Amino acid sequence: MLSLLKTIWYVFLHAFRKRITVQYPEQKPYLAPRYRGRIILSRDPDGGERCVACYLCAVACPVSCIALQATEDESGRRYPEYFRINFSRCIFCGYCEEACPTYAIQLTPDFEMGEFHRQNLVYEKEDLLINGPGKYPGYNFWNIAGVQVGGKDKGQAAHEGAPVDLHSLLP
Amino acid sequence: MSSPYPMVSVLGILIGALTFAAGLIWVERRLLALWQDRYGPNRVGPFGLLQVLADGVKIFMKEDWIPPFADKPVFILAPAIIMVTVLMSFAVVPVAPGIIISDLNIGLLFILAMSSLGVYSVVLAGWSSNNKYALLGSLRAAAQMISYEVFMGLSLMGVVLMAGSFSLSVIVEAQQKIWFVVPQFLGFVLFLIAGLAETRRTPFDLPEAESELVAGYHTEYSGMKFGMFFVGEYLGVTLVSAMITVLFFGGWLGPGLPPIVWFLLKTCVLIALFILVRAALPRPRFDQLMSWGWKVMLPLTLINLLITGAVMLAWS
Repeated sequence: MLSLLKTIWYVFLHAFRKRITVQYPEQKPYLAPRYRGRIILSRDPDGGERCVACYLCAVACPVSCIALQATEDESGRRYPEYFRINFSRCIFCGYCEEACPTYAIQLTPDFEMGEFHRQNLVYEKEDLLINGPGKYPGYNFWNIAGVQVGGKDKGQAAHEGAPVDLHSLLP
Repeated sequence: MSSPYPMVSVLGILIGALTFAAGLIWVERRLLALWQDRYGPNRVGPFGLLQVLADGVKIFMKEDWIPPFADKPVFILAPAIIMVTVLMSFAVVPVAPGIIISDLNIGLLFILAMSSLGVYSVVLAGWSSNNKYALLGSLRAAAQMISYEVFMGLSLMGVVLMAGSFSLSVIVEAQQKIWFVVPQFLGFVLFLIAGLAETRRTPFDLPEAESELVAGYHTEYSGMKFGMFFVGEYLGVTLVSAMITVLFFGGWLGPGLPPIVWFLLKTCVLIALFILVRAALPRPRFDQLMSWGWKVMLPLTLINLLITGAVMLAWS
């Protein structure tokens, strides 16, 4: 019986506590840097697209909301011909970001994506691509990957030795 | 001591009570938020006051659906009963000297009778819905109301003994020297608990326990019929608060301010207490509720009555 009265009193004291509500549209909530919001495609420091159209994000996506088509430019560099994310399906799980081998696809702390028409939630490549490197400044996949691509031969990437001559017997 | 302008009183109390009950929807949400470190509805109009209007418009626009398996006439009658009985009870509540619709000499018994009739609303609503959750809710309501009504009436007999009348305005006048809450403190606590049970509010909201019974007896109700149950509940809260004010806190009596302000002030404080109890206390199990009612509250009420009677006898 006494404990009931104590409960009532303690609840009453909550009237003088600080409110925890964030008055949203006027007052923005704090979003952590790793908050999983709107998905973007980032670029190299040189401004080239990071995405190599490997389809790993599309495979990892549990709701199959990513659609893309790979193609190659004249230098042999792979890139997506189109890249489409249907945000009306996306569950913002971040698996695409984890699957991406080139840090191209990233989730950002932005959730204000409301639309009146469902079709407007389908983002094309030009909606997704941003002009910067996103969370990984300075990272350039093509500079560290031992892949032969327009002008850069095998063994010319950073921290990389020349390829082993398989026909030589010397160590 | 009847009103000089009866129609003015009738309309005033009717509109006043209904506005008060509708406003309570906003008050309850704001106060609950206050005690849960939130703000509550504060967007529609100043302080969110127009939320009441928005809710009203919404509930009128909703589809008024009667399930095909329901017992139609009874289904429609049930929400009307709760409104009628509670509003009838307001007829004998003395708001201030002269502001009373009908100063019955058995006013207290009239209110108890009306609140007993109110049980029909809940029971019929659950029965006519033809829904197992609704039926379970109304079964609980019937059991709870019957067991809590017994000591609700008895807990007031101490007040009646001291005032020597069933008329509510005579009871208020009898508190000129001292409010009955002091000599009848046990009676006040018992009546407060019985009143909570009578209005089916947390912690006694087992008939509509959301977490177990969907919405209890009004599971199948929608639109304004649901709104009637809703407003009926808040009218009940207002009525019980007004009753406690009249019976234990001296009604309109008080220094300085005009009588009607005193009455409204005391009623509002008690309503806030009701909401605070809802914010703080969990719901007991049903068998706990019943055994608490019969094994603790009823004996306590009888002891209270016995002691009051003995003291009155020794006094005279």
